[in-house]
Formats: sequence, structure tokens, C-alpha cells
Amino acid sequence: MSATAWAWLVLLFPLAGSIAIGLGFRVLSERAAGALGTLAIFASFACAIGALAQLLGEPEEARHHASALWDYASGAGLKIELGIYVDPLSVFMALVVSGVSALIHLYSFGYMRSDAGYRRFFAYLNFFVFSMLLLVLAGNFVLLIIGWAFVGFASYALISFWYRRATATAAGMKAFVINVLGDVGLVLAAILLFRELGAFDFGTVFARAPEQFATDEWTIVAICLLLLVGAFAKSAQVPLHTWLPDAMEGPTPVSSLIHAATMVTAGVYLIARTHVLFELAPTAADIAAFVGLATLLIAGTIALAVTDLKRVIAYSTMSQIGYMVMGVAIGAYSAGLFHLMTHAFFKALLFMAAGSIIAAMANEQNIDRMSGFGRAMRFTAAGMLAGSLALAAFPGTSGFFSKDEILAFATERGGMYLVFTVLGYFGALLTAIYTFRLIFRVLPGKPCPEADELMRTGHVAHGEPRNPANGEPEDTDVGFPGPEHHIAEQTPSMRVAMGVLAVLAIVGGLIQIPGAWHLLGDFLAPVFADSHFAHVHPSAGAEWVGLAVGAAISLLGIWAARVLYVSRPELPGRLIERFGALHRFLVNKWYFDEAIDLLVVRPALAVGRFADRVFERFVVGGLVGGAEGTVRGAGGVVRAVQNGFVRSYALLLVIGFAGLALYFLLSGS
Amino acid sequence: MSMEWYVVLSALLFTTGAAGILVRRSPLVILLCLELMLNAGNLALIAFSRMVGNQEGQVFALVVMVVAACEVVIGLGLIVALFRRRLPLDVDELRELRG
Repeated sequence: MSATAWAWLVLLFPLAGSIAIGLGFRVLSERAAGALGTLAIFASFACAIGALAQLLGEPEEARHHASALWDYASGAGLKIELGIYVDPLSVFMALVVSGVSALIHLYSFGYMRSDAGYRRFFAYLNFFVFSMLLLVLAGNFVLLIIGWAFVGFASYALISFWYRRATATAAGMKAFVINVLGDVGLVLAAILLFRELGAFDFGTVFARAPEQFATDEWTIVAICLLLLVGAFAKSAQVPLHTWLPDAMEGPTPVSSLIHAATMVTAGVYLIARTHVLFELAPTAADIAAFVGLATLLIAGTIALAVTDLKRVIAYSTMSQIGYMVMGVAIGAYSAGLFHLMTHAFFKALLFMAAGSIIAAMANEQNIDRMSGFGRAMRFTAAGMLAGSLALAAFPGTSGFFSKDEILAFATERGGMYLVFTVLGYFGALLTAIYTFRLIFRVLPGKPCPEADELMRTGHVAHGEPRNPANGEPEDTDVGFPGPEHHIAEQTPSMRVAMGVLAVLAIVGGLIQIPGAWHLLGDFLAPVFADSHFAHVHPSAGAEWVGLAVGAAISLLGIWAARVLYVSRPELPGRLIERFGALHRFLVNKWYFDEAIDLLVVRPALAVGRFADRVFERFVVGGLVGGAEGTVRGAGGVVRAVQNGFVRSYALLLVIGFAGLALYFLLSGS
Repeated sequence: MSMEWYVVLSALLFTTGAAGILVRRSPLVILLCLELMLNAGNLALIAFSRMVGNQEGQVFALVVMVVAACEVVIGLGLIVALFRRRLPLDVDELRELRG
């Protein structure tokens, strides 16, 4: 079977699963729906492996295939096909997306068991994975935009999954609105590209672009900046990131799916896919790199201060995506995508562990209330530790190799790009500190009441279901995962999913070892063969130096976290007292929400209010009221004539005729 | 006899009729006055037809008579209906159609 046939099957299974569960929810039992959804994604993953095997069997130059089912629109120089593009990049993305999603489905199979919306959940989940796969496999900008918009919708549906929770529906709307902003950027970019190059499909666009555009010509810079608007909105980069922490309102597997496998990696993929354009517009690429850098630092500092378990992990995602965006923007494509993959492993794992702990805490997410889970939930704790080690780039773990590869590339490019290296290492220090802050708060220490109950009786704590965001009582009909909570220790499917990911999070980095082998880099090389940076490779020695620095920084960060949160637990409190203003600034997330509210929301509301008070009332009201008044006035005059006296009608007739007769007499003579 | 007399008589009849319609309130009299006006028109038509020397005006007068007959039928029917429903025979009283 050809690679494209495998790729079509990759798309088919999640779509079929979503439709089957969505339409058959009356027929299917909950178990069957969950199993069907999970199997569909596993089948999709198997097909992605089929496509990979097929590609590996071909010569390197021939590893790109386009395939179309039918023409979507054709004529007048326009040709849009319902087509996919299969090359190492899209197959790599399809593998990561479907593989990690399959494990997340497996986890959800157990985790969501008591939720009233179990079948609905799996229908949405399958649709989400389908949308993301459509996005990465699309062969032209039109299909890419369709997948892009589907992902936005699916995220909306899943973030507001518990729709009786007011904060969840608000978060869903926020995510959707910001994503639509990104869609607009992407659509405008595609239209501009079509105007300049007359094509939508990737092959033609990327072949014509270098002939059409001079380097840094304003059109190509504008196109790239518009593409970046789309990428930033999806990948939660500053200042379009505010939806991501709010998206924690969704069920934990959804957070895992959004952060690890789907959605936020879309922006990174987009930049890597359109690298031909970005290399023609170095200005736009540099802007992207700086935004990535800013995001990774801002998110890292916020993660130091927030106390919500899931939000800490959410900010760490933003920060890591910042590394990826920075990587692909400075030309370190395979390094950025390598980090994308390792991040998918350990971030999915971290969210799964967090979900297990939140379930054990009866839906409590404040880390200040958690402690002692290291002994109460050994498996979950081990998973969380594995994920955290990888996130903190502990030597030997997957995050260690991937993060340092990006920074080594920045060093190799030198000059201005050294800024990225230095601040990137500073971000790595922040990462290690906030990650192990989480670990030291949650795992060691005297067990909190919930952990104690779990340890003594083996029962998961039951609490009055409350919204962790505002403490309101929850509607359990559709609310938090039902009356029963499920933890990894007691649910085989969750254990399997976390176990696999824990192994991958630790050893996943071994596919790229400086000086030894670059499996991923070699596989992706044909895609980026036309890049200016194809031959920029940091020497193995430089990479090992970078790794050593990274290791030192990671250990330093973990040591600092240990000092702060274990050996001198009074220190954080004193620091907060000393730097109260800074702490408030961080807890309030750099006031981004407030700034957007002030700069965008309020002006928009003011314009709306102005339109209502002035334009609507005076202009529109004046026009409508004026027309009505004229008709009414004229009607009054005519009505006065219709007085019902036959003789007055006759008199009018006589006068009229007399007048006419007079006129003719006078004009005749 | 010269033409003027016919036309003067016709005009007198027409004015009488019109004045009658404007001043009288009984529907029966108004109907009579209408007939008067129509016949004044007929007289003028026939006179002019004589003057011009062809018969077209006379044909017209016949048509007007037919119309007048129809009008009388309907008008009298209305008056009889008014009478039988014991409605006032006064056009100023019958003014439900005012705007």
C-alpha cells in the first residue's frame, strides 16, 4: 500500500470513530463507545506507522507524495483539491499526534468512567484528533485552514465540556474567540499568497515563492506575520496566550490532549511547514523567535507563582512551546520538532499524573493543600517524577537532549542569536525550579487528609463537588467526573497509558545523541533540504558543552527548588513578603488579562455602547422615525379629505374639473 | 337655430344637475340630478354631432343612455335597500367610510 493510502486511513479512523459514537450514542453502551473511540485512534496510529514504513522504504529524494480525493474547486486558474501531502514532516506529526492521543484515549477510558457525558466525551475527543491529523496532513492551505478551524471548534467543545460550569463555558468561549483571531490571520495569509503566487497547494507555493519574492520584501514579511498571528493564537504565544491557562477548566485528559498531542503544537508545525516562506522573510522569523523567547520567560516566571496544579503545568507548556517556536524560527527545524515530540511525551504524562492526584484530592487543585502523595500514590508519584525530570531537563531524560539541541543551534548561529542561548538557559533554570516546586509540594511531607485516607483505607476521598476556580457547588449530572473519582493506582487503563509515556519521557531523547546518531534529524532532512540552514550543524563537541551547561543548570534549579521548598520551607514565604509587588505581578499573570481587557475588550465595548447610544438612536432611529413620520403626516392629510360626505367628494370633483376646464380654456386661447 | 342655444341649454342643465348634487341630501334627488347631468352631456353630443354632420356623437349618446340606465338601476336598488333597512335617506348621515 502506498504511503498516501496509509495517510488517508490515518484520517479515516478518527473521523469514523467520531461519527459512529456521535450518531450511535443511543445504541452503544458507554464501555463500547469508549473502546470504539480508543481503538479508532490506535488504528490510526498503526496506519501512521504503516506510512512511516512505506516512506522509509523509498529513496530520500522521493519521500514526498501528494494525493487528492477530488477537486474542491477548480476553474479560472484556481484549483483546490481535497488533497493531502505526505512527507517525513507530516508523517512525523501524524505519528506524534495519533500515538500520544491514543494513550490519552486509553487514560480517559478509565479516568472519565463516572462522567455522565462519557460517550459525548469520546465523540469530541475523536473529532479533535481527526481535526489535528487533518491539519498536519493537509496538502494545501485551504484544507490546512479547515483542519485549523476544526481544531479550534473541538477545543471549544472540550474545554466547555462540563457546560453547567460557568467558568468552563467562559473559558471555552475565550479559547474560541482567540483562536478565531488566529484563523483570520491564517486566512488572510493564504489569500495574500494566492494573490501573489496563484496557488494554494504547498508544492506549487513553495516552488514559486523563492522566484517571486526578494528576501525581506514587504509582501512576504506581511504574509509571514499573518501566518504568525495564526501560529501564536494556536500555540498560545504572547500576547495571544491567555486562553491556555483558562483552558484548564476542561477535564484533565483534555488538558493533556491540548497540551501534548494536538492544538498547541499546530503553530510550531505551521512554521516548520512554511519554512520556505520564513527563510525569505528573516525579519518575520526573528520576530517569531523573540516572541517565543518572551513567552518562555514570561510563562516560566508565572509558573513560579501560581498555586493551581494544572495551571502550573499549563504555564510550563507555554514556556516549552516558546522553546519550540524559537527553535523553528531560528532554523533549528529538526531540533524544534524533536522538542515537540519529547514534550508531547512528558507533558501528557504530567497531566495524567496531575489528573490522578486531582481525583485523589476530590477535585482540589491547589498545591498548597497537597502533600505526602509520594507514599500514598506510588505509581502516580513515579509517573509525575519521570515527567518532571524530563521537563526539568534532568541529564539523560528526553527533555535534556531536545531542549539543548535548540540552544546549541542558537549558539552555532552566533551573533544576536546568542541572546536566545543565554536567556534560553535562564528559562531552563526557571523550568527546573517551578517543576520541582510542584514535586516538592505534592509528593513528600506529611500526608494531607486525602492522601492519608487513601493510604489507610484505600478509598479515594469524597468531597462535595466544587468548582476549583471559584468554589461554587457543582452540578454532578454533567459536572465533575461523576460521584466516583478514578486514580491510576486503581485503574489499569490509566496505569498502562502512564507507564508507556513514563518510559518514553525518560528514554525518548535517545533517538538524537550528539556525535552518535541523529535518527529524527536524518528522517526529517529531506523536508528541510532546501533550507539555508540545512548545513548549519553545531559540532558534536559544542553540543556536548551545551549539554553539560544544561545539566548543570537543571541540577542547579532542582537544588534551588529543594532549598526553597524542602530544607528551608520558610524561605518562600519570606521572599513573598520581601517582594510582595513582584509576587502579585506574577500571581496576576503579568496582568495580561487585565491589559487585554483594557486595550481590546473595553474599547470594543465602548465603541458598541457609542454605536448604541448615538448611531443607533439618532442616525438609524432618525432615518426610520423620519420615514415613518413622513408617511404618517401625509396619511393624515389624505385622511382629512376622506371625510365620508359624498357631497364634498362631488364638490372636489367639480372644482377639479372646473380647474381643468379653465386651464384648457386659458391655454387654448 | 344656431348651435349656441343647444350648448347654452346643455350647460344650464349640467350646472343645475351639479348644483343639485352639491346642495341636496336626498339620494333620490342626487340620482335625478346625475341623470340631468348625463342628459345635458347627451344634448351637447347630439348637437355637436349635427354640427359636424356625422353620426358618431349620436352613437356616443346612445352609449351614455345605456350607462345611465345601468346607473339608475344600481342607484335605485341602493336606495330601496337603504329604505328597507330603515336607514336614513340622507347622504350626510351615511358616512361610515370616512378616513
